[in-house]
Amino acid sequence: MKLITTIIKPFKVDDVKDALKSAGVQGITVSEVKGFGRQGGHTETYRGSEYAIDFVPKVRMELVVDDAQVDSVVDAIRTAAATGKIGDGKIWITEVTRLIRIRTGEEGTDAI
Amino acid sequence: MQSEVQVLGTQLNLLWVVIGAALVVFMQAGFALVETGFTRAKHAAHVVSTNFAIFGLGFIGFFLIGFPLAFGGFSTALIGMDQPVGGALLGSGNWIFLFKGGWALSGGGITPAVLGFFLYMVAFMDTVATIPTGSMAERWKWSSFTIWGVFCGAIYYPLFAAWTWGGGWLSKTWDTMSLGAGYVDFAGSGVVHAVGGVAALAGAIVLGPRIGKFGADGKPRAIPGHHIPMAMLGTFILLFGWFGFNAASTFAATDVQFATAATNTAIAAAFGAISAMIYITKRTGKPDPGMMVNGMLAGLVAITAPCAFVAPWAAAVIGLIAAVLAIEAVFFIERKLKLDDPVGAIAVHGVNGIFGVLAVGIFSNGSYGAGWNGSPTKGIEGIIKGDWGQLGAQVLGVAVILLVIFPIAYGFFKIQNKITKGGIRSAEEDEINGLDIPEMGVKAYPEFM
Repeated sequence: MKLITTIIKPFKVDDVKDALKSAGVQGITVSEVKGFGRQGGHTETYRGSEYAIDFVPKVRMELVVDDAQVDSVVDAIRTAAATGKIGDGKIWITEVTRLIRIRTGEEGTDAI
Repeated sequence: MQSEVQVLGTQLNLLWVVIGAALVVFMQAGFALVETGFTRAKHAAHVVSTNFAIFGLGFIGFFLIGFPLAFGGFSTALIGMDQPVGGALLGSGNWIFLFKGGWALSGGGITPAVLGFFLYMVAFMDTVATIPTGSMAERWKWSSFTIWGVFCGAIYYPLFAAWTWGGGWLSKTWDTMSLGAGYVDFAGSGVVHAVGGVAALAGAIVLGPRIGKFGADGKPRAIPGHHIPMAMLGTFILLFGWFGFNAASTFAATDVQFATAATNTAIAAAFGAISAMIYITKRTGKPDPGMMVNGMLAGLVAITAPCAFVAPWAAAVIGLIAAVLAIEAVFFIERKLKLDDPVGAIAVHGVNGIFGVLAVGIFSNGSYGAGWNGSPTKGIEGIIKGDWGQLGAQVLGVAVILLVIFPIAYGFFKIQNKITKGGIRSAEEDEINGLDIPEMGVKAYPEFM
């Protein structure tokens, strides 16, 4: 089992969610986050003065999938989240050693 | 003996003044929303509470001694206030500086007409009192703020009000210095807004800028407000209340010039907002909501003094100029004076209050204001009618606001800062964490992370 974490642009949330559902994903956890990457934020103007937005709003999605699903899920996220412009985000994959469904006590891939 | 129609007219006029007072009181809600919206969420309970408490703080000072000091010698038959409650306290004849009579609205002569007039005037005073809460927001110690509120109602506002509307020396310059009809300020660009604006300036100087407002390079950095819709709603509430501010300043529903005042008010507001929208878009590329708000308010402040004396075209021009003045003043105050005014109070009320006072001497067309200040004038005339005398009276009024009233406000804050333990500015740690918990004990938005 793998934990797939992705940081995407907020306006792509619906597209990515739909793509993941189509790819057979059954559950996603979403949180609103802020951060910066290589661009290092950007500046805006308010009442005539500039101000730096050091941390740009992003959305983080987390989902646990079976090893066999990883490639198709990564493809789905990439296709749906890409705009080609700076700040499209990242995907990273981590090993999950144990997974438990709280209600039933099921473990492993049964709990996905 | 008055005819029944005259009596009915007087009653109607008093009703108009009380309705006007209610509208002006509602402007406090507008100020509260504008100032809270333009400041950060972590200070929101503090900022909105200053705007709430100022109503009562200023009111008490004005009730006890401010009203007699300013208006003890005032009378107007329009609302049945035929006799003044008292008379001169300091000075005599054309040179009166303070009045007396009716302390704490008690004693003889307190008629319903006087009380209606008091209600209208206390609402104007509270507008002055609440203006510095904007420029001093996010770093003003609560205990220090409360003293300002009482001082403003009791002494600060009554001074210039006594000299002008109360019948004091500035209203007599037509006689003493042959200046137009004396100082003319229909609804208070000067008496209310410039007087409040220079207090806002004084407070901003004494407090210093918010932490983080200026970078290490000395350049101003924007600190965006947390709730733009709130600020814009507040602006529309102010526009609504302003009809009471300006139109009811006729003191008479039987004087149909109230319709002129009301419409000129709306014209200046509309042109001010759109002028700001276009100008700030040219300057920075986007129609900054904060500047559009300041533009409408600048138009309103500037039309307040001349609203009954000018033609609609002049109201439009005043609104156009006011918004550009406000935006340029915001830039000047931040970039050159290095002052921090979170809501633009100095630019809106101070700069445009002064512009409004001068506008009377520029754009008045002579169609209204016969006998103003007891002068023999047939109508207030500005330089568009070839008369420079009125502008002279207005310039003198502005000079007094800048050279006498501003130093009083500055001295008040400076002395208070010296004698208050730790000064009138909140602790650095409190300012960074937000004033809501250390000052008020509750967060405006407790469910925010």
